[in-house]
Amino acid sequence: MNSSLYNLLFKRNSTFIATVFASAFFLKIGLDVITDKVWEKSNAGMQWKDVKPKFLKKEEEDDEDEE
Amino acid sequence: MFANAHRTWCFVAKSHLRPKRFATASKATQKTNGRSNALLYGSTCVSIGLALLYYKVYHKGLQAMTPVEEGMHFLKHDWPQNHLLKGFDHASLRRGFQVYREVCSQCHSLNQVAWRDLVGNTHTADEAKKLAAEVEYEDGPDEEGNMFKRPGKLSDYMPAPYPNEEAARAANAGALPPDLSSIIRGRHGGTDYVYSLLTSYVDPPAGTKLGENLNFNPFFPGTQIAMARPLFDETVEFEDGTPASTAQEAKDVVNFLHWASMPELDRRKKMGFQVLLTLSLMWSVTLWLKRFKWMPIKTRQLVYKKKP
Repeated sequence: MNSSLYNLLFKRNSTFIATVFASAFFLKIGLDVITDKVWEKSNAGMQWKDVKPKFLKKEEEDDEDEE
Repeated sequence: MFANAHRTWCFVAKSHLRPKRFATASKATQKTNGRSNALLYGSTCVSIGLALLYYKVYHKGLQAMTPVEEGMHFLKHDWPQNHLLKGFDHASLRRGFQVYREVCSQCHSLNQVAWRDLVGNTHTADEAKKLAAEVEYEDGPDEEGNMFKRPGKLSDYMPAPYPNEEAARAANAGALPPDLSSIIRGRHGGTDYVYSLLTSYVDPPAGTKLGENLNFNPFFPGTQIAMARPLFDETVEFEDGTPASTAQEAKDVVNFLHWASMPELDRRKKMGFQVLLTLSLMWSVTLWLKRFKWMPIKTRQLVYKKKP
């Protein structure tokens, strides 16, 4: 009850809800960053953005087309 | 009621303080009757005997499939997309689409996949547009009411090899080549089954009576499949120079068909990772919070104070 964090954020309902929304926003961004890092590590070289340059280079040699 | 508050007492829940009410139950004795026993045992035996008889006589219809009818069980392989945190190998998907387009699309349709689905998965937008434009599609009535043909757009779906089922059957000796859009989800064994099937066109064992227009494949239920072997070495020449063995072609086309059945797999797995992480975190917090709130109840102590 003495905690200044409580007094600052959780005492008034309006600030409580504002805290909820703000932390949800930033935590979701953080979670997305973590997810992407884990996914990249697991799927190194398998995703379309990694594969695309290999095929396009071949295409350019054959057809001389712009991507 | 509240006047007696100063004389509050409670029972501690310890067994030796509970009154023993049921300690001495009267041992009721029954005289055993020989005749009622015989009736009981006899009728039980007759019931069991009748049930067994009925089973023997009428149960014959429920037989499991013979090994031939069931087909050989597929062999398991290590598909990356079946791992916990892995998605599709998109290079394999592209090669698989090439195999589909050059080999399988002669007979099999892929009705649920549109050219736009390829964009960002196996091809760039320009490549997909070019591929779509190579195909002719019939489009709605013009101002004079005539149907006309136009080159394909990204919004069009994969072209079907036959206009209808009858044409498909007529061209394939009465057999209908199934649509491949969800074949991986539609067959028990999925990727493993289709891969085993494609790579196992072997000579039938001696003495096998092969039906007309049928081919032997041990993994197909009934072992007699209407599809002739579709994949051979060097059937396709891959864009990226990967050597095209039968196994490589089969692996790539199976990966592609898996994607066609489940195009959302990559995104779904990422979301699943987030959901599981968040839920386990929230679950553990919930556990702690429940115990925190229940602490006064769980740690209360009741004391029996004898009245003076």
